Amino acid sequence: MRFLLVEDNMELGEAVMARLSLDGHAVDHAKTLAEADEWLAVADYDLMLLDVMLPDGDGRQFLRRTRTAERLPVIVLTARSQVSDRVDTLDLGADDYITKPFDFGELEARCRAVLRRRGTPTPALIPLGDALFDPSGGTLSHAGEIKPLRNRELRLLEVFARNKGQILSKSQLLDRLFSQDADVSENAIEVYVGRLRKRLLAAGVEIETVRGVGYRMTWE
Amino acid sequence: MSNAVAGPFWWRSIGQRLTILLAGIAAVLAILSWWMVTSFAREAAERTQDNVLVASATSIAEALRSEQGTILLELPYSAFAMLDAIGEDRVFYRVAANGETLTGYDDLIPPNTPERPGEVAVRTIDFRGDQVRTVTVRRTVLAGQQPVPVLVTVAQTRTGVEAIGSGLSQTAAGLSVALFVFAVGLGAFAAGNALKPLNSFAQAVTRRGPADLRPLRRKVPDELSPLLVALNRLMDRLGQSIRRSEEFIAEAAHRVRTPLATVRAQAELALHTVEKDTEKQMLRRIIRAVDESSRSASQLLDHATVSFRADALAQEQIDLADLAARVTSGLQPTAEMKDIALELDAKGPAFVLGDAILLESALRNVLDNSVKYSPAETEITVTLDRADPSNWRLVVRDQGRGFSADSLPDLTTRFKRGSNVAQVVGSGLGLTIAEEVLDAHGGRIELTNPKNGAGACVSLILPAA
Repeated sequence: MRFLLVEDNMELGEAVMARLSLDGHAVDHAKTLAEADEWLAVADYDLMLLDVMLPDGDGRQFLRRTRTAERLPVIVLTARSQVSDRVDTLDLGADDYITKPFDFGELEARCRAVLRRRGTPTPALIPLGDALFDPSGGTLSHAGEIKPLRNRELRLLEVFARNKGQILSKSQLLDRLFSQDADVSENAIEVYVGRLRKRLLAAGVEIETVRGVGYRMTWE
Repeated sequence: MSNAVAGPFWWRSIGQRLTILLAGIAAVLAILSWWMVTSFAREAAERTQDNVLVASATSIAEALRSEQGTILLELPYSAFAMLDAIGEDRVFYRVAANGETLTGYDDLIPPNTPERPGEVAVRTIDFRGDQVRTVTVRRTVLAGQQPVPVLVTVAQTRTGVEAIGSGLSQTAAGLSVALFVFAVGLGAFAAGNALKPLNSFAQAVTRRGPADLRPLRRKVPDELSPLLVALNRLMDRLGQSIRRSEEFIAEAAHRVRTPLATVRAQAELALHTVEKDTEKQMLRRIIRAVDESSRSASQLLDHATVSFRADALAQEQIDLADLAARVTSGLQPTAEMKDIALELDAKGPAFVLGDAILLESALRNVLDNSVKYSPAETEITVTLDRADPSNWRLVVRDQGRGFSADSLPDLTTRFKRGSNVAQVVGSGLGLTIAEEVLDAHGGRIELTNPKNGAGACVSLILPAA
């Protein structure tokens, strides 16, 4: 997917970009509303992440002025937490908001929810053996049957799918899944891996346990 | 009314004051007019009597003649007939020449006499136990060769004049009373009418909601315009101070959260690049601390917003079903992260009166708590029903660890957290915020551990609109 990130804080912007790239997304970073206008003129995006307080204006006014939200899903990044502020943001056409600081897992979940609501055509289906994995729709289809995945299974599968044949340690997986709940143990990973195995068995996808290191997913 | 001015009850209203003052003025004017009419009527009656007496005395004087040195008088009938017009009064007369009574009453001695012929002396005297009006004219009659001055005095009692005077006085009194009553009525009407702009001004101010700080734009009488200007200036200052506080809260949030967001994002990114478990552990601790402080910051700011808005509570009509749907869908992605199913069972409309921002923040805090404290792959239900005919009830029920029984009574105390949640990020302000909001709306919050099965149950009870 292709994101446009409008955020004036350099460090935060870079971290968000790096993190989204890690998940295989393409991100363009605009530091001002003017820059955002330029990017929007030359490229097509699947989603815009828009900060509300920018050096050259208020993100909400930008939304109203450009009516960008009519053609592009927008998630507003806000440092405020007042409910009224959020409500106004949604009134202006943003699809959702997320309060800083945010968890990347939550950001992803919100992006996915927005895209699903908008009915944006899924940009990339990932073939896994005989099955088709739709990361943004959160489904796995096999033999004409489309099955919804639970959020954690989905995120786990996404990590495996983007790292074909690579060994992933439990702690790596844990960080991708549970960075906001510090009380989840590595045993939970075993539970989710077990579930995914069952779901993927028929499609000829295998999740192999590499003793003492982690897991590896392979498929034809 | 505690803010009424001191004084008797009838002095507390401007309308009553005006009416009373106008009535007082009307009373003074009525008495004055009665007195003037009465004295004028008396004077007129007296003058009429005097004129008739003068005419009578003159006609008697005209009838004097002398024959061979003797003064003769034939009293003309008309001289007394004309006096009958005044009323049932007794008439006295005396004709005297050189101090000697020619005819009439000897004892009717006028106190003053005219010096020259043609002059008239008028006086009121006591005569035989009655007040009488005397008129004396002088005529010089030639008796033989000698001019003899003759004084003709005619007197009449004053009963008739008094009767006319008191009759007119009574009529005048009646008219004055009627005038007074009429003036009081007019005064009350005038007071009411004059105060109409003040009353409609007061109503316009009262009708406004506490959050409506737009300046009043209306035509007022000159006397009210300083008040209007002062009121508008006050509302403007209040509005500015509210805006400044809100801007301050927003600015504070921005200043605190943006660096926290950077730290968290960088730490999360680093978590994917470092290899050693000890390093990962440190990064996780950083993330946890960031989450903790950001949550505290937002709840502190929420709490500030609540305290500040609860003072001047807005009174909008709010549909709780709508509000629950909004809050639930806002938290859906957060719940989804833990595969928690968020079920909403709320059929509207369920109207309450209050501040939408506060009520939303109360429910969000309660629901956010549930999501935070619920284990993965459980269910949270939000239901809306009637607690009783006059109250709505929003119930949030989860399948988490429930409230620990020992801390249940004081969980809504500021910064107090349950004794069984040490490892979950939280500031302990969530339920306090919810309770304060419910309090401000005349509702209440109930925390229970339902008997059937695990979990906590929070009920928000609000009076129906």
